[in-house]
Amino acid sequence: MPHKILIADDEPNIVVSLEFLMKQEGFDVRVAPDGDEALAQMADFAPDLVLLDVMLPRRNGFEVCQEIRAHPEWREAKIVMLTAKGRDIEMQKGLALGADAYITKPFSTKELTARVRKLLGERA
Amino acid sequence: MSDRAAIVIAFAVTLAIVAAVAGLTGGFVWAGLRPDERAAAVELLAPRAGLLAFVGLIATGLASLAVQPVIRTYFTGARRLAEEARIMLDANPDYRIARAGAPGLRELGEAVNTLAERLRGQREEVEARIAAAKASVEEERNRLAALMSELIQGVLVCNAEGRILLYNARARQLFDTDSTTEAAPVGLGRSIFGLIDRNLVVHALDAIAQRCAQGDVDPVVQFLTATRGGRWLRIHVAQVRRHAGRDGAEAAEEAGFVLTLDDVTRAVEDDSRRDRALHSLSEGIRAPLANIRAAVESLLEYADMAEAQRARFLGVIAEEARALSSQLDRTMHEHADALKTRLPLESVLGTDLIGAAQRRIESRLGMRAEVETADASVWLEAESFSLTQGLAYLAGRLKREFGVEQVRFRLERAGRHAQLDLAWHGAAVPPATLRSWEEEPMRAGGEDSPVSFKEVIERHAGEVWHNVGDGARAPCFRILLPAMSAEPAQRRVAPVIDSRPEYYDFDLFRQPGQSPDLDSRPLAELAYTVFDTETTGLEPSAGDEIIAIGAVRIVNLRLLRHEAYEQLVDPRRPLAQASIRIHGITPEMLEGQPTIDRVLPAFLKFSEDTVLIAHNAAFDMRFLQLKEAATGVRFTQPVLDTLLLSEVLHPNIREHRLEAIAERLGVNIVGRHTALGDAIVTGEVFLRMVPLLAERGIRTLGEARAAAEKTFYARVKY
Repeated sequence: MPHKILIADDEPNIVVSLEFLMKQEGFDVRVAPDGDEALAQMADFAPDLVLLDVMLPRRNGFEVCQEIRAHPEWREAKIVMLTAKGRDIEMQKGLALGADAYITKPFSTKELTARVRKLLGERA
Repeated sequence: MSDRAAIVIAFAVTLAIVAAVAGLTGGFVWAGLRPDERAAAVELLAPRAGLLAFVGLIATGLASLAVQPVIRTYFTGARRLAEEARIMLDANPDYRIARAGAPGLRELGEAVNTLAERLRGQREEVEARIAAAKASVEEERNRLAALMSELIQGVLVCNAEGRILLYNARARQLFDTDSTTEAAPVGLGRSIFGLIDRNLVVHALDAIAQRCAQGDVDPVVQFLTATRGGRWLRIHVAQVRRHAGRDGAEAAEEAGFVLTLDDVTRAVEDDSRRDRALHSLSEGIRAPLANIRAAVESLLEYADMAEAQRARFLGVIAEEARALSSQLDRTMHEHADALKTRLPLESVLGTDLIGAAQRRIESRLGMRAEVETADASVWLEAESFSLTQGLAYLAGRLKREFGVEQVRFRLERAGRHAQLDLAWHGAAVPPATLRSWEEEPMRAGGEDSPVSFKEVIERHAGEVWHNVGDGARAPCFRILLPAMSAEPAQRRVAPVIDSRPEYYDFDLFRQPGQSPDLDSRPLAELAYTVFDTETTGLEPSAGDEIIAIGAVRIVNLRLLRHEAYEQLVDPRRPLAQASIRIHGITPEMLEGQPTIDRVLPAFLKFSEDTVLIAHNAAFDMRFLQLKEAATGVRFTQPVLDTLLLSEVLHPNIREHRLEAIAERLGVNIVGRHTALGDAIVTGEVFLRMVPLLAERGIRTLGEARAAAEKTFYARVKY
């Protein structure tokens, strides 16, 4: 069974690449365009890993992250936060809220896929 | 013994002596009479004894009536003489006792006057010596005050409780607010915490104490704060120590602190604009860049992807690249000012810069330099020396290599920039010339500079090019420099007010903290607000209103004319013609003035922490109290009335109008019947009264109020 990846981002232009990359890696991919939808998909789709943008409509990435970590049944899900804000302090916040990785845009696609694989316990 | 008792006893003794003499005379005559003569006398007098007694009584009564006015004249005359002598002694050395009353008293008065004349002569001599000694101290102080007034920083010196001991005009200007806001103005003896949040200052002082403990000598701490007027101030705090004891160093105690204020409003605004620009550049660019990078890397990594997928990626790249370009344009446009290079550039008026270049070219190069057109409103951010040098350098090369003898300047605004042209006539200069000139170190009029003109222009974030002339306009070198949008704020420093010494009062260093028990404080130590009002009429209860309030402060027995309060008030009712004649305030003057409900809060703030003084204070206080309900402003401070105090001092002098008192105490009267003018006269009068009151054992506020109260009731009774 392939790992399931949820992409929570509202920008179509990055979703194009992320979705393509993840599919190329052989993952089962779904997309959520806002925070509420991301949480709905958590219950519905039960992803192994979430690529979570910080600047989401309705419910921002930090809130979503906190919400996921508040549910014991989703404890196993990995969270990779993506942000266009380059401040260290926000990275601290993301990690403190329970994110497994915090990646600042722009990023190298290779590094991203390597990070995802590693978090899922696959060989890079 | 009272006057009355003395008079009664003196009269009784006189009568007794007269009676005794009459009795003795009668006794001797009786002893010399023969028995028949005695019988005849008894027979003659006995029936008429009643008449004799009656005549005796009438004579006694008449004698006492005749003597009384004389005695009275002498006794009350002596009292008046004593009061007048006291005035000379304590308040007004120029006062002279009137030539009135009984001849003896008149002589005594003249003798006292002569004595006063001699005393004055001696006093003047002593004062002249003291003045000479003081002059040098005063000069030092004035030098300090002058120095302070020249500073572009604001300076405030406070004692340990935060009361202002010294300030300069700039400090006052930085905290300036209009007279109807509730912010306390800068003033001697006022609390600094009315201007700056107490916590900020306390925090700074704590930090200083901590650094001192760590062995730092004279540490300075700074903080940033916003004033009520919307300015940003950077405030440096340093502690003032008083060295007590002879060996000094160990016994240094904290006597207060000094605040140095810099207006950084513009810098703060610039900083925040620069922050916004950086923010919009960095964060605005990350997302589109991420999209492009991810798409490009996918394209490169998976070269064999489907055509439709490839087209989608290419579409993303094209779209995001366009978005990035316009984002950059927008940021650069919006934040152009903020992103300018930061250099120690000063604000220079464009015409000043041209004037300097003109003088330099004419004196050092022997060329003629003229100004063709110059927009006098253009301000530049420039380092004027190197720019002037650069202009002279260009002119010098034009002369040396092309024989140009005359240059012309043009200055105008071109959008966000200032356009400065250096034009010449005649000589044909190839357009490429400037490019080589601007690369070389500048050399002009025997002065070498290692810097090239290009560097100078770059440092100013400017541009320069050769503008080829046409038939109408001569060729020129055109220089574009960043212009300032408006005249820099710092040029509008308020004119320095003359007679500076009132700005400081070092004696406040020794002032005890503001005690709740004011009554026990000596009069000489208190801060006062002396005020006067002008009104539409004399009956507040009948609807008469205040139309002007004037006030000055007294701190440490000095009248602070610079810290005056003067405000006209719209009474919202017509003025009586008769009242206009008194106060000279016409209805037109009151148009647009604030109403009493806006004025009283500001006046309350002005008079905060002080004792109120007014002449016939009851009248003015009545007006203020009638407004309490409507405005919610209550004046609860203690009040002193110079009218009552005058009666305390001179109960035997009948005249207690302000003019009469002022004249008696040697106070010059200026500007009477303006609220501020009267307040000043009242204040001067009060200052003269303080030593006179002390003569009578009235030294504290409580004693003064009690004495005034007593005369007030005495007045009401009669």
